Amino acid sequence: MTAATKRLWIVCAALAIAAGAAAAHAAPTDDLKQFREFFKNKFPTVKFDDYADGLYALPGMDDYRAQWEALNEFPPYELGLAEGKKEWQTPFKNGKTYAGCFKNGGKNTAQHYPYWSDAGNEVRTVEMDLIDCLKKNGEERAFTTADLDKDAKARVQLANLTAAFYQLSQGQRVSIDLSKPGALQAYEEGKKFWWQRRGQLNFACANCHMDLAGRNLGGNQPLSAALGHPIAWPAFRTVWGQLETIHQRYATCNSQVRAKPAKHGSKIYNHLQLYETYLSTGLPLTAPTVRN
Amino acid sequence: MARQTRIRTKVQDGITEILVLVSHPMETGQRIDPATKEKIPAHWIQKITFSVNGKEVAVADMGVGVSKDPLLGVKVKGAKPGDKVRVTWSDNNGESGEAETTISATPA
Repeated sequence: MTAATKRLWIVCAALAIAAGAAAAHAAPTDDLKQFREFFKNKFPTVKFDDYADGLYALPGMDDYRAQWEALNEFPPYELGLAEGKKEWQTPFKNGKTYAGCFKNGGKNTAQHYPYWSDAGNEVRTVEMDLIDCLKKNGEERAFTTADLDKDAKARVQLANLTAAFYQLSQGQRVSIDLSKPGALQAYEEGKKFWWQRRGQLNFACANCHMDLAGRNLGGNQPLSAALGHPIAWPAFRTVWGQLETIHQRYATCNSQVRAKPAKHGSKIYNHLQLYETYLSTGLPLTAPTVRN
Repeated sequence: MARQTRIRTKVQDGITEILVLVSHPMETGQRIDPATKEKIPAHWIQKITFSVNGKEVAVADMGVGVSKDPLLGVKVKGAKPGDKVRVTWSDNNGESGEAETTISATPA
């Protein structure tokens, strides 16, 4: 190889890397288009709005769908939801309620969550705002201080409350604002997490929930399509027997591929939630729901 | 929070299905608390009674083999829309609960 061709190769390699970097920072709108296109091609029979039913909309999930419909006749999450609603409505010691902490009394606002807050310089989820609301009003609950990874009771209490909040916005279509530079950066981080392989099984989120969507992992874990993931949570899984937060699902998903899960409420899960929720733009919120 | 008893009815082909969901731990008495290494005391629903317009239509003697937060259903013939359905339960610790509803006219 002469010096000249060698130089040419290096230039080519540099260009390729630059092109790769540019592709990784495609605009979210392009990502969204590509993502929707992917599922349109993968499941041509499933209409966009059907993804609101989660994995039960996919072909080949008829048995799971039958079970799901039977459960929906008397949804088991009603017990947890009733507790969440009670918590939501019960006034604090100072006479205020949760509703006072949210725009429009918490009604029809959940479709904009998670959102970027310039004030806090962070992505904020419903859970964070609920906990902040308690702190602002000088209230304390088990979930304001507990380690939510270990204390299941406190976590479920929070999930119940979050479910009550999401229910106030049921049917609203997801619309996430990514106009702030901070939001865009968080989005990119979430995207990186989504596509990064991890754990002993070496799976990325995208492997199961895009490429293998509609199939089964290990025979008893049906794999959902990523489109429509976040609109269902907090959700009730029959194996858990209670409502749980989306972060708990992320953590168990990570352990299912034998990766070390991140903490409940950690930054990376917030960013992942932002990325996933943005990709479900336009789907109606259905939480709380039953999921497998 | 106090135990919840939720009730729902469903009418199909002249048969009314009464469904009850109770929030109850249904402890068998066999499980061991991993923290204290002591057995968790048994705590389960012993008896659950379904009645339509004050007349008993079904009684179930339940055991420890029923899951936590149980959902029970019985199908009743001859119940009409507007009839009052009442369900009561009691457990081995003396706790009890009840719920009442009216069968709705529109079939589910």
